[in-house]
Amino acid sequence: MSHKPEAGAQTTEDVLELPFEPLELKMGPSHPATHGTVQINLKLDGETVQDAEVEVGYLHRGFEKECESHLYYQAFPYTDRLNYVSPIINNVGYALACEKLFGVEVPERCQYLRVIGSEICRMADHYTCLGACAMELGAMSAYLYVIEAREVLWDVIDVMCGARVTSNYVRIGGLSEDVGPDFPALAREKLVQAGTLQQDFEDLLLANPIFRERMEGTGKLASAELVALGVTGPLLRAAGVPYDVRRAQPYLVYDRLDFDVPIGEAGDNMDRFLVRIAELKQSRRMIEQCVEQLPDGPIDIDDPHIRLPGKSKVFGRMEELIVQFKLVTEGPHPPVGEVYQAVEGGNGELGFYLVSDGTGKPYKCRARSPSFSNMQALSRMLQGGMFADVVPTFDMINMIGGECDR
Amino acid sequence: MMSDPKIPSGLAAPAAEHALVTRLREGVGDSVLASHAFRGDATAIVPREKLLAVCRFLCDDAELRFDMLVDVTAVDYLGRIPRFEVVYHLYSVPLNHRMRIKVALEEGDARLPSLIPIWAGANWLERETWDLLGIVFEGHPELRRIYLYEEFQGHPLRKDYPKTKRQPLIGPGAPHSANAQGSNR
Repeated sequence: MSHKPEAGAQTTEDVLELPFEPLELKMGPSHPATHGTVQINLKLDGETVQDAEVEVGYLHRGFEKECESHLYYQAFPYTDRLNYVSPIINNVGYALACEKLFGVEVPERCQYLRVIGSEICRMADHYTCLGACAMELGAMSAYLYVIEAREVLWDVIDVMCGARVTSNYVRIGGLSEDVGPDFPALAREKLVQAGTLQQDFEDLLLANPIFRERMEGTGKLASAELVALGVTGPLLRAAGVPYDVRRAQPYLVYDRLDFDVPIGEAGDNMDRFLVRIAELKQSRRMIEQCVEQLPDGPIDIDDPHIRLPGKSKVFGRMEELIVQFKLVTEGPHPPVGEVYQAVEGGNGELGFYLVSDGTGKPYKCRARSPSFSNMQALSRMLQGGMFADVVPTFDMINMIGGECDR
Repeated sequence: MMSDPKIPSGLAAPAAEHALVTRLREGVGDSVLASHAFRGDATAIVPREKLLAVCRFLCDDAELRFDMLVDVTAVDYLGRIPRFEVVYHLYSVPLNHRMRIKVALEEGDARLPSLIPIWAGANWLERETWDLLGIVFEGHPELRRIYLYEEFQGHPLRKDYPKTKRQPLIGPGAPHSANAQGSNR
């Protein structure tokens, strides 16, 4: 029996032409694949996404309002909770903005340690993103490997500042504490451990045809449109635009380190995934170089009006005691002015815009978060694609609710 | 113009004008009201009426080519006239430079044109600025709140919005909502 329609006969599609209305589907705010709370209102034509409206804001906690009512140095715990997967990068960005406002630069050892902390956090951020993506596409075991790698890296953060996730490590003009002499050996050892786990992850996943099929060619958006939408970070680099704040406008000691800026070609989800994998290797290279070059010396600037004097001085001398009291109760007083400082966050350009009126509290403290701008592009990435592509595309955006909603 | 000198707008007169501001002046003439380069950040203050023309020039000019609108926000200088300042941060991917554009707005007339025709990324950033600071962006296709709910009263990042102020919970089951009256809870 032949299923081919005879010439001139009506095809099945002609006969079954029913009135059509797009199906409206609300995904989230508490959907298993929306790690972080976000709602995507989809309009579906069968399996095809006609339109996607993205609703953010479920995690809005008034970051800016809180910062404006606290002293400059009290903002660090809040910045920790912007991108809570890579807190030290947020700390560093805010501290650099404050230091730019004051017009000071921290000692070399501090700069190196900040880079080490930032890059470890970037690795943790990428591990979380890649692992979650793998898991939500069904590769649960691959997820466990990178999450273990993340745990291993958090051991290094633990040694640096005594906390694993919300580090509160950086201070204006320095760091909360220095590392000991055995730190370089520990960092190297943990990097090797994490590297082995990462290799297992790659072996498990990258050759898998199901995974590849869901990632390749999905979620594409042209680089010109990404730039116009303000998308930065791995998403933009995967589309072939080599914009990385660490390379374009280097801060700390990034200009002394030897590293590449990996870029993709197609700009699809697979490229976004592979760019992050390549960046993990670059971060590891950077940490190894920093550990190698880590100079001796102080970690704090020697200015008691910005950074607290050492405890031995505070408890032994009257002047330092008074200065400490003034600094803690009134905060540091920057000159009147406004600055914008950008750093490369885990997901793109993280910027802080500070306005000072000369008092101990920031008059305005604005965080420009990469997740927010990147999420804006999600709707365009989903339009015209398949319903099943929503999850990998959303995963590659790596929305972090804390910094998206602030 | 600036009634409270302790808070910055154009800051003091610039010692040396930033090269980007000079280029902008060449292109748009007297549309640049003031400028400064505090800590090296090129900043220009432009009037609201010229904002679109200035931004068009910033985007298209071969020496500026600001193709990315990095950030939009506003600052509430309560007590000063004019009260608000909308702040745009721009970045040029091909030429790797940054610039800040500011527009001063009066309290009773806090509105200015939307920049979506030039940079599509202005959409959410302008919605956020409307939501939290109550600045109206004219020509925006859907200027509604993005973080807070539509029933929320006021704009919380304004300096006269008390930090401790609480607003009733909304939605079905919330104690103050109409749905909850005489409910089975």
